[in-house]
Amino acid sequence: MSAVLADMPETVAPATSKAIAPSKGGRPWTFYVLSALFTFYVLALYGPMFCIYILSFQDIRGGLVFPMKGQSMHWFVDLFTQVRTGDVKGSFDRSIKLAVIVTVITVVVSFLAGLGFRKRFRGDTFVFYMMIGSLVAPGLVLGLGTGLLFQALGLNASWYTSALGAQLSWTLPFGVLVMFAVMSRFNHAWEEAAYDLGASRWQSIWLVMIPVLAPGLVAVALFGFTLSYDEFARSLQTAGSLNTLPLEIWSMTLNVTSPSLYALGTVTTVVSFIVIGASLGTIVLIQKKRGSRAKGWE
Amino acid sequence: MQPSSIPSRSNLAGWLYVSPLVLVLVPFFAAPILVVLAASFFATDGFGGLTPGFTLASYVEVLHSALTLKLYLATIKFTVLTWIFTLIIGFLVAYFLVFHVRNQLLAIGLFLLCTVPFWTSNIIRMISWIPLLGKEGLINQALLAMGVIRQPLEVLLFSDLAVVIAYVHQLTIFMIVPIFNSMARIDKKLIEAAIDAGASRFDIMRLIVVPMSKSGIALGTIFVVSIVMGDFFVVKVMSGGGSASVVSAFYEDVGVLQYPTAAASAVLLTLVLVAIVSLILRTVDVRQEIT
Repeated sequence: MSAVLADMPETVAPATSKAIAPSKGGRPWTFYVLSALFTFYVLALYGPMFCIYILSFQDIRGGLVFPMKGQSMHWFVDLFTQVRTGDVKGSFDRSIKLAVIVTVITVVVSFLAGLGFRKRFRGDTFVFYMMIGSLVAPGLVLGLGTGLLFQALGLNASWYTSALGAQLSWTLPFGVLVMFAVMSRFNHAWEEAAYDLGASRWQSIWLVMIPVLAPGLVAVALFGFTLSYDEFARSLQTAGSLNTLPLEIWSMTLNVTSPSLYALGTVTTVVSFIVIGASLGTIVLIQKKRGSRAKGWE
Repeated sequence: MQPSSIPSRSNLAGWLYVSPLVLVLVPFFAAPILVVLAASFFATDGFGGLTPGFTLASYVEVLHSALTLKLYLATIKFTVLTWIFTLIIGFLVAYFLVFHVRNQLLAIGLFLLCTVPFWTSNIIRMISWIPLLGKEGLINQALLAMGVIRQPLEVLLFSDLAVVIAYVHQLTIFMIVPIFNSMARIDKKLIEAAIDAGASRFDIMRLIVVPMSKSGIALGTIFVVSIVMGDFFVVKVMSGGGSASVVSAFYEDVGVLQYPTAAASAVLLTLVLVAIVSLILRTVDVRQEIT
């Protein structure tokens, strides 16, 4: 999806550069029906989430449903100080660290695999289908397998070994698929020009491909981070004794019936938005820099 | 596909590039799957200990259990319902954005608007339905206030309805993105030509738009079907324990350390998923869409 975010102008430009015939002149009736449907969809998408953000700011009398009782930061304090809600602080910490490690590995490995898949090689279909298999395999099953494997090998499961690997088996296929989309729009003439000018393969990758593909790589990074930060099923059997954040949220949904749960929702959403904002900002910055350096080459 | 002046390279170079990927997928995808496969043939002492060996007892148990069929029927029901709703909404939203929003910037903005909630935790998005659907939730409060109902509807939360609502809420985005992608690639000249040739809007939809978004629909279907069939926590939380799916039964088995039966049912589910996905891949060349 991030590939779409990053490459939107190129995707859409040829399609909508001119108003298309069916919607020339007056709007057809379908426009109004579909607008209504779209509005309803967006409301249903955001409505429930805004409810819990609002409810998380109640005071100590607050409950799980409206009407809202008072306003305070009580449940946020409760979330990070109370022991009965679990180790939110520690799991939050671990999840962020894990997501950063996953992101770095995902970007590097996906980029290399993307380069590899540009040309056919013996066995490429096998690797491709192994990747698709890894993507569609039920996460809980894969998590159990990884857990049992570690057990059989006499290794301790932990968030930075088994859970890291289990998460990579999920983020890498996504990353490589995004790389496919990004690289399919890469103009090979630039690479060819680099070779004509005497660049080595390494120089053409480092000086031509990476700068040009940078927004796509940021998109892969964003993907890796959010998939890991939210990964649940694959971590369940592999995280060992210390929880990651989604596992913590899961156990909270089973025992905690206070707006603390909603406060956690608000906090994780804020973190997600900071990460997305930073990533989109980076993409815009790269494109701006590129635009001022070489005006109108695209 | 490649300009000829780029130095040609051997199979070895290709393998070098994908070797890091393979080095992760072998120990963390292939090996775990094989471990599960092996465990499904093992015997157990009932306390989590596994005795290596070869017995089909677990498969016999899983296949003979009347529960298995029930679980599959329930899972298929949720999958089909979710697939239908996500497909209809996803297709129409993508169609609206690509063909009805004339301002390109606005279309991109609206598209982003749809993708934003994707970045919030799935579990959080799921529990966010509680203040709405609950017995004292907003929907019941509103219906009571309007006098439509006398007593709060109990069917809204902790029911199959709630499960489907949560799935559709979480997964419609997986339909919108690939369908939007393939629709955006349709050359508008084609549609103009069809209109000039006297095609009706229904014909355009039937003969151009739907066939040309087929690969996007297939990709979205693979995502939705594999996620719903492999999920258990939405079913568990949103049905209030009233419904179960194949994976939630698997989760219970793991919880009581019945690894061989859990593994056998996992192998069965994986086979079913592989069959569905390869059926889809056989009808539509998805690789062409993403490469």
